[in-house]
Amino acid sequence: MTLFRDIKGTVQPFWITLRTMLRKPVTVQYPEEQRPPAERARARMILTRDPDGGERCVACHLCSAACPVDCISMQAAEAPDGRRYAAWFRINFARCIFCGLCAEACPTLAIQMSPEFAFCKDDPLDLVYEKQDLLVDHGGKNRDYNFYRHAGIGVVNPRGGNDDEYGPVDVKSNLP
Amino acid sequence: MTEGLITLALILAKLLLILGVLLSAAAYLVLMERKLLGRMQMRYGPNRAGPGGMFQPLADVIKLITKEDFIPPQGDRAIFFLAPGLAALTALLAFAVVPFAPPVNLFGRELPMVVCDLNIGVLYFLGLSSLAVYGVALGGWASNSKYALLGGIRSLAQLLSYELAMGLALIPVVLMARSFSLTDIVLAQQGLPFALLNPLAFVVFMISTAAECKRLPFDLPEAENELVAGFHTEYSGLRFGLFFVGEYINLIILGSMVTVFFLGGWHGPFLPPIVWFMLKVLAVAFFFIWTRATLPRLRYDQLMHFGWKVLIPLSLLNVLVTGAVLLWLKG
Repeated sequence: MTLFRDIKGTVQPFWITLRTMLRKPVTVQYPEEQRPPAERARARMILTRDPDGGERCVACHLCSAACPVDCISMQAAEAPDGRRYAAWFRINFARCIFCGLCAEACPTLAIQMSPEFAFCKDDPLDLVYEKQDLLVDHGGKNRDYNFYRHAGIGVVNPRGGNDDEYGPVDVKSNLP
Repeated sequence: MTEGLITLALILAKLLLILGVLLSAAAYLVLMERKLLGRMQMRYGPNRAGPGGMFQPLADVIKLITKEDFIPPQGDRAIFFLAPGLAALTALLAFAVVPFAPPVNLFGRELPMVVCDLNIGVLYFLGLSSLAVYGVALGGWASNSKYALLGGIRSLAQLLSYELAMGLALIPVVLMARSFSLTDIVLAQQGLPFALLNPLAFVVFMISTAAECKRLPFDLPEAENELVAGFHTEYSGLRFGLFFVGEYINLIILGSMVTVFFLGGWHGPFLPPIVWFMLKVLAVAFFFIWTRATLPRLRYDQLMHFGWKVLIPLSLLNVLVTGAVLLWLKG
C-alpha cells in the first residue's frame, strides 16, 4: 500500500504546480507599483511642529543622547521669551540605524519617524539632513500635542497657568 | 568534383544552422525555465531586460563575461580549462545524429534533415553521453578542492548508474524498430509512437534522462547552494557559463532523443514535420521544468537505491517482456 501512497504523493504535486501556474502572480512590481506603507511605519525621522505652527524641538539633547550610533547633533539656542530651540539640527542618515530610540526619548514629540523609506543617495554627504530638510509643517502622529500647554516655562500661558499644571514651587517655604 | 563541393557546403550550412539554433535555443530555454518557475511560484520571473525580459539571456552573457574569472592556483590548469568545454562539446556532438525532419528536395537533390544519418546512431548517442561524464569528473578533479572532487565523484556515480537504465530502456525501442538508426526508429513510429506501445520504457527513459542532464529531482551534481560541493564549486565567470549552457544544450539534446525514441519524432498531423519536432522537444523541456518546480531533491542514497533497485530491474524485465512479445507476434 505504501507504493500506491508514494506514487500518489509524487503525481499529485504536479497538478498543484500546474494549477498555480495559471494563477496571477502576487508580486508587487516595486518601482512602478508602490504600496504606501502604514502611517506608523518607522523610517526616516522628521521634526514636527505643534498645532500653532511653532517648532516642537526644545533642543534638550535627549535624542542625541539616546542615539546608539551618535548620528544626531544639534546646537541649543534661546529665544527672547526664554523658549529654547535648536539653532541647527543635523541627522546623518548614513549612520542612522532607524532604531527609533530618539523618537521614544523625545519629551515634546518633536522628533518622530515617518513612513518615507526610499531616500537613497549616490553621495553619503547627501544623506546628512539639516534642520530645514527635517522640519515639516504638521504635527506628525499626534497633531494636537503642544508641550508648552502642559509644562515648561510660560510661553503659551503664564507660568503654572495650564489646566493640568501646578504653580511654581516656593523654594523659600518648607511646605510641600 | 563540384558535386562533392556542393554536398560539403550543404553539410556546413546545416551545421552552422543547427549550431546557431541550438545555442540560442539553449539561451532562451534558461529564460523559459526562469519564467515558468516564476509563474509556478506565483511571481513574474525576469521581466526587466527588454520587453517581457526578452533580452535577459544577453544580459546574463554580459554578466558572465565581465565577472572575475578565478582559477585555483593549485589546480590543474590544462584540465581546468578543458573540462567545461568537454561538457558543452559532448552535448553539442550528440545532435549530429538527431533527425529533425524527413528529407527535403532542394534543387533536385535529396537533402536529409540530419547532419549524419549513422546506422548505429543509438550507440553513438549512448557513447557520447558516457563521454559527458568526463567533463563533470575532470571539472571536480582539476579544481583541486575536496568539495569539488567529492561532488565530481558523486555525480560520476549518478551519471553512470542512470546511464545503465537509459541504455536498457532503449533496447525495447531498438527491438521494436529493428534498427539502430535514429531515422529508421522515427519511421517505425509512423502509426503509433513508442511511448504508447511501451510506456514502461518511456517512463524509465524519461527518469534516467532527467538524471543524465542533472535536472531536479536528481540535481545532486550541482546542488547549487545547499550542498556547496558540486563539481563546479571552483568555477566562475565564462567557464561556469559554459557548464551552465552545456547543461541546457544537454536538456535540448535529451529532449530531442525522447522525441525521436518515444514520441514519434517529426510525425504529426496538419503541421509541418519540423514544427512538430520542435513542439515535442519543447513539451519535453516543459515537463522537466514542471518537474523541477514540483519535486524536492532526492537524498543521495535514495537516488542510488532508486537507480539500481527500481529502474534497472524494471527495464531489464521490460527488455525480457518486449522481446518475448515480439517473438510471439512474429509467430
